[in-house]
Amino acid sequence: MSKPTFVYVTYIASTPEKVFKALTDTEATAKFWFGNAVTSDWKVGSPVTFHREGKLILSGKVIEHDASRRLSYTFTPHHEPHNGSDTSRVVMDLEQQKGQVKLTVTHDGFAPDSTVFAGISNGWPLVLSNLKSYLETGTTPLYAPWYEEAAQRATAEA
Amino acid sequence: MVDTTKFKPNTVYVTYIAATPEKVWQALTDPAFTKQYFAGFAVDVEPRTGGAFRMLYPDGRTHISGEVVDWSPPRRFCCTWVVEGMPGFAELPACLVTYDIEQAGDAVKLTMTEAHSWDVPEAILSGGRSGWPAILSSLKSLLETGKSLVIIMEPPKELIEAVKALKK
Repeated sequence: MSKPTFVYVTYIASTPEKVFKALTDTEATAKFWFGNAVTSDWKVGSPVTFHREGKLILSGKVIEHDASRRLSYTFTPHHEPHNGSDTSRVVMDLEQQKGQVKLTVTHDGFAPDSTVFAGISNGWPLVLSNLKSYLETGTTPLYAPWYEEAAQRATAEA
Repeated sequence: MVDTTKFKPNTVYVTYIAATPEKVWQALTDPAFTKQYFAGFAVDVEPRTGGAFRMLYPDGRTHISGEVVDWSPPRRFCCTWVVEGMPGFAELPACLVTYDIEQAGDAVKLTMTEAHSWDVPEAILSGGRSGWPAILSSLKSLLETGKSLVIIMEPPKELIEAVKALKK
């Protein structure tokens, strides 16, 4: 059986520079990524961390940083129910197409016993829908308290 | 009526939209909206389960035809689809397209599911997998900003080749 790969494509009325900046900027990510603020110097091999209200939520290392074209890092969740040892890989490809950017997020490299896939399959459409709204309208329709409640419900049902 | 239990979901696309369920429903079922975000096609649907469903070219010819399997405004809209407008495609078995609309906080979660009753080659699935993100990104932009996206949409080459190969 082949390992799972999650792919999500969204088109955003913006420029590759602006989309790339949003994906790598502490303040921008805090806004559209449900309070999860990213920090990194974005050099290959450097650490990437996402913190929410002071808590470490995600960590990783920069694999590739090709400004406005491609961003890739390892992805290790630290929030419940994950313990910070289940590592996979995220690749974000940006492509200018007329008045918009085609953003493709590919998430793969899961360990055979990984429990992360279901969570990220729900999470990426939320995060990337919010990113699109943030860049096109300046607002983030999916806000953190709702996300928290939805995540708790999902965990309770699992 | 088609037996939906024979269909297996192959492609699912989820997007969250800052709109009401009623507004998203209108965008899916009103030709004034679909013409703006669905590659120029006008939806033409009899508003009832069992009714006829079509997507029309600007000149009125039929691109897609089918039957409404579930008409439950503003929660679920499900149709069978046969692509009539492209050579070789009309002979393929109908697929099933379902839109589910759910409240998600102040926004709406829209889930599109494309399901099939046969063992579809990956190359044929590539059509929907490249098209749905473009169509539904454009729909989201239209409802949130009033402006749809002009996205270049061409059927993937592998799709055209796969359909030709099936005819042989």
